[in-house]
Amino acid sequence: MTTNKPALKRDTVDHRKEGVESKVEGFNDRARKAVKDRELHDSVSLFVNKTLTGRQANLAALPEAPELREKAYHIKQKTMANLDTYLDQMADAVESRGGNVHFASTGEDVVRYIGELAKRRGSKVLAKSKSMATEEIELNRHLEEDYADLALDIVETDLGEWIAQLAGDHPSHIVGPILHMNKKRIADVLSETAGEELPPDVKALAGFARQRLREKFLSADIGISGANFGVAESGTICMVTNEGNGRLVTSVPPVHVVVMGIEKLVPKFEDLSVFTQLLARNGTGQKLTVYTNFITGPRGEGELDGAEEFHLILMDNGRSKLLGTEFEEALYCIRCGSCLNVCPVYRQTGGHAYGSTYSGPIGAVITPLLKGDKEAKDLPHASSLCAACTETCPVGIPLHELLLKLRNRQVDEGLAGKAQEMVFKGFEKTMTSPKLLNISTKAGRVAQKPMTKNGSLRPMPGPLSGWTDTRDLPPLAEKSFREMWREGI
Amino acid sequence: MKAALFIPCYVDAMYPEVGVGVVRTLRNLGVDIVYPEGQTCCGQPAFNSGFFEESRSVAKHFMDVFEKEREKEGFDYIVCPSGSCATMASHYYPFIFKDLPDERERSEELGHKVREFSDFLVNVLGVGDVGAKMSGKAVFHTGCHQRRELGILNEPRELLESVGGLELLEWENEELCCGFGGTFSVKMPEVSTAMADEKIDALEKSGADTLVSCDSSCLMHLAGRMKRRQTGTRVMHLAEVLDPGNPVNGKVG
Repeated sequence: MTTNKPALKRDTVDHRKEGVESKVEGFNDRARKAVKDRELHDSVSLFVNKTLTGRQANLAALPEAPELREKAYHIKQKTMANLDTYLDQMADAVESRGGNVHFASTGEDVVRYIGELAKRRGSKVLAKSKSMATEEIELNRHLEEDYADLALDIVETDLGEWIAQLAGDHPSHIVGPILHMNKKRIADVLSETAGEELPPDVKALAGFARQRLREKFLSADIGISGANFGVAESGTICMVTNEGNGRLVTSVPPVHVVVMGIEKLVPKFEDLSVFTQLLARNGTGQKLTVYTNFITGPRGEGELDGAEEFHLILMDNGRSKLLGTEFEEALYCIRCGSCLNVCPVYRQTGGHAYGSTYSGPIGAVITPLLKGDKEAKDLPHASSLCAACTETCPVGIPLHELLLKLRNRQVDEGLAGKAQEMVFKGFEKTMTSPKLLNISTKAGRVAQKPMTKNGSLRPMPGPLSGWTDTRDLPPLAEKSFREMWREGI
Repeated sequence: MKAALFIPCYVDAMYPEVGVGVVRTLRNLGVDIVYPEGQTCCGQPAFNSGFFEESRSVAKHFMDVFEKEREKEGFDYIVCPSGSCATMASHYYPFIFKDLPDERERSEELGHKVREFSDFLVNVLGVGDVGAKMSGKAVFHTGCHQRRELGILNEPRELLESVGGLELLEWENEELCCGFGGTFSVKMPEVSTAMADEKIDALEKSGADTLVSCDSSCLMHLAGRMKRRQTGTRVMHLAEVLDPGNPVNGKVG
């Protein structure tokens, strides 16, 4: 959409051009601004509260949910332990059905494969359905830049993703890409595209989108989709959607390219009965999504629909290095977004603060794992460790424990900084010596006197100012419990 | 029944009345109490910040102190007026000692003895009503460790519902974290404060005049913000509500 991208009244910066990677660092600064944005807070709350209500109702009607969770965890564990075998199985099955398979070790590899395919075919329009894997590697931006001479028209066809694309915005949630926008903002974006004022009415806006996108589906040469699951035994791609655009993307254009993270595999078709039940209930609060598509290779003889040419790109992009490590569980994620919805930090900041394709607790875990600790230093700390994420995760990823381990890895790598190192060395020393603790408490009581006002310490210097800028801090008591105990209770 | 007290470091230094409440409540129920004076901290601040090595040293100190006391005094349980610090000792010691078999075994053995205050009252002593009286309308905030790692949800409610003259109210999004999160509160103060504000908005909407919790850390955070917002709600630890010696106790109406 480089050719006819509309000029917008608000937020005219095309964030896609800046790249996602370059913005990962700096959660704290972005979060600081985000918490003051009440409009954003209202939009986020509206979405997460609605999804959580649906989730609760639908999970209550599924008494076997805890067993399904256990099953899901074990299926993923087994898959990761034998990922090589399953990848081979998957590739063989797809090839035996006449499909092409490409192993891509990096995002650039994916871009090159699709770019060359488009060049070879002389493609102009590429229609995409919603895919986090392609967001992760910024497929659109890189194709537009690296294959500028092809002047590709790459169109997102998921309604939310399309609006984000038109607005030059990033998705802010795995499932609800534009939950940060309210109806008015969406109407503004679409009105710019339409060249006329559209009312902020869901029916009218969706009608406009349907008509505009239909033209793209019909003119597209290549349809690009992600995959929710890949079934190794049969080579089947499973895609769940609610808008039906996924079905059009994968069957109307003559070529269908699937970009799938290697961790999306499940060994058997029957495993899908576990995951599809969990994904919709946790992701959108539905029993099942409106569409559940199973695609196995290109259109076969005697079949009425399906693409003529089928390409499966199995993308690693940093995933395989987690296999067999203490962080392997991060690969079990099915991208339902449930941990974002329950996260009290995400609730306040929204997804953009994370500066990464993946936001919320799972984003705080996998972003440093895929991009490196230095690139995403703030993210493991963007959590109060309340463990709501771990509690909600439908496949049982211990998200808050992974965050703790990432914090520990930062310390081991010397990324925590000298000041913090000194603080915790001092802490260790004091807390292993009751005598030293006693002296520190007494010294603290003397030192706090001039800083105490109305029963509170304020304002405090140094790192404690982070507290006292917005909250009162009580002083040390005149007598500690241990002193009271000695005197007799 | 003999119980060893584990008084978190910040309760010792800032909220001694909470410890006193525990002592008086338990003694009133005939529990024999010992207090190992060598205790300091559970090590959680270092652990949560990723300084596992430093937290292991503090955890070892904790285990040394309580094991020695056990040899000397032979207590049955370790009682702690904090769901969070109880979780550190019972759940996360085995986590940080994962690769050290000796310490891991010691931590598991000791961890089984550690009980959060309301858990000890209801599930060990079988007491859901200590006979306390206090007038007011309260909401209860369950600390996240108490809610998720310990799963002690109904015990404090049972105890509060039995307090004569006290009405326990529901409030919006009760399960949301208060935003304290240890060093999180100073590392990401704006987000932390926004989290507290959402809780306080719900508290103000509930019509409660008292906020109760089993964690003084959550209360310190919420009270600190409330004071800044000039919200006048009374803030009490459960042990203060149940304390037979507390001056507010016994005054109904």
